[in-house]
Amino acid sequence: MIKRSIIAFVLLELLLVLAFSVRAAVLPQERADVMYHSYQGDGMDIKGPSILLRKQIGNKFSVSGNYYVDMISGASIDVLATASPYEEERTEHSVGVDFLHNKTLMNLNFTSSSENDFEARSVHFGISQDFFGDLTTLSMGYSKGWDEVGKRGDENFLEHADRQQFQLGLTQVLTKSMIMGLTFENISDEGYLNNPYRAVRFADPSSERGFRFETEVYPNTRTSNAAAINLNYYLPYRASIYGEARIFSDTWGIDANSVKLGYIHTFGDDWILDFRVRHYQQDSADFYQDLFARSAEFNFRARDKEMSTFTNLSIGLSVTYEYQFSQSSWFSKATINYELDHLRFQYDDFRNVLADGPVGEEPLFEFSANVTRIFASLWY
Amino acid sequence: MMNKLTIKTCMMSVLLASVLMTSGCASTFEPWVKPYERDNLADPIMAMNRNPVSFSYTMHAFQAREGARGAEGGAGGGCGCN
Repeated sequence: MIKRSIIAFVLLELLLVLAFSVRAAVLPQERADVMYHSYQGDGMDIKGPSILLRKQIGNKFSVSGNYYVDMISGASIDVLATASPYEEERTEHSVGVDFLHNKTLMNLNFTSSSENDFEARSVHFGISQDFFGDLTTLSMGYSKGWDEVGKRGDENFLEHADRQQFQLGLTQVLTKSMIMGLTFENISDEGYLNNPYRAVRFADPSSERGFRFETEVYPNTRTSNAAAINLNYYLPYRASIYGEARIFSDTWGIDANSVKLGYIHTFGDDWILDFRVRHYQQDSADFYQDLFARSAEFNFRARDKEMSTFTNLSIGLSVTYEYQFSQSSWFSKATINYELDHLRFQYDDFRNVLADGPVGEEPLFEFSANVTRIFASLWY
Repeated sequence: MMNKLTIKTCMMSVLLASVLMTSGCASTFEPWVKPYERDNLADPIMAMNRNPVSFSYTMHAFQAREGARGAEGGAGGGCGCN
């Protein structure tokens, strides 16, 4: 009933937007991107390609397609503690269409993701509108997702989870050199939300190591809210600074916040340098513990390190070389890009069970990771 | 299921959006930054999402390793993080 009310409100909103359109929106730029990505850290090596194509059809439609692959070889702390290293591949396909009608821009996207133990499908509808003399852009979105969760080595294991997301965004031109963005997103999950490979540990003095592992148990619903503010400021020379602050809270008791600051510098017309720093902090879920006192101590229990209390700090650098084609060319411009982020995670209540130490007093876990993107983009 | 605070927030946001988008001043509003003054804002270095393919991958890389999610763009399903 409540969900219906919200959906009705959003639909009413869309009708109002259509009825009171005040300015022509524009279709996204036609471009092609080919990227190689790599994540290395905590024994995980994930890499693969991503290809994005976007083409305009007439003056009203723009279509896009994205092909993305993760090739994963895993030997993270979670895997080494309770299972064996593994290799797998995830393939994701996305198709979308943008539609310009009565000066309003709408988009519809469908995404499917497939791996040997996980299938996910999602559909997204979004709408955006410029108004107040083009100084303000309001955007809204709704997504619905369906997951099928399997488990390697257990052909009979099959669980489901559904997800829906509401997004609301506002972009505001503040001055001729400053722009601000506000974003709010609500996400609700229902179904099997565990990771079937993760386990909790509990004290067992009779075992050789003094503890044993058992399956995690999560609640089968989760609702989260996140809100973010962005600011971009153009400096007196051709450079800019930007910042983002985000807060997050969910019904599992996780509270988090992140702050990002960046500086973009240009050298001539061809080179763009982007330097950024990001800090993230979260408090653990209510049902998280590194070590439970006994087996099945509580109804819900997790020892997934993404549910623990931790911070991470990342430092990133991007270098872009841009080439402008002549006006008679089929292409308008091209870029070659290299991006690297170095991350450092430090956990406050997740211990390294592979290290020596009395049970529950092992060293706290920490690790570093590098996230690399190398890609070329072509506008036409 | 969404809690009461969430519902209130959603409704207030939508209501505010309705007021903003349907107010009479929307069509008669005189912008304080004129169209010919937007060179800086139109520069790609001012874009909040300059490279969508890289942006969505990077958000996915963070989201798979953090408890927080949403309000940052994001990518498709699956996480490859087990």
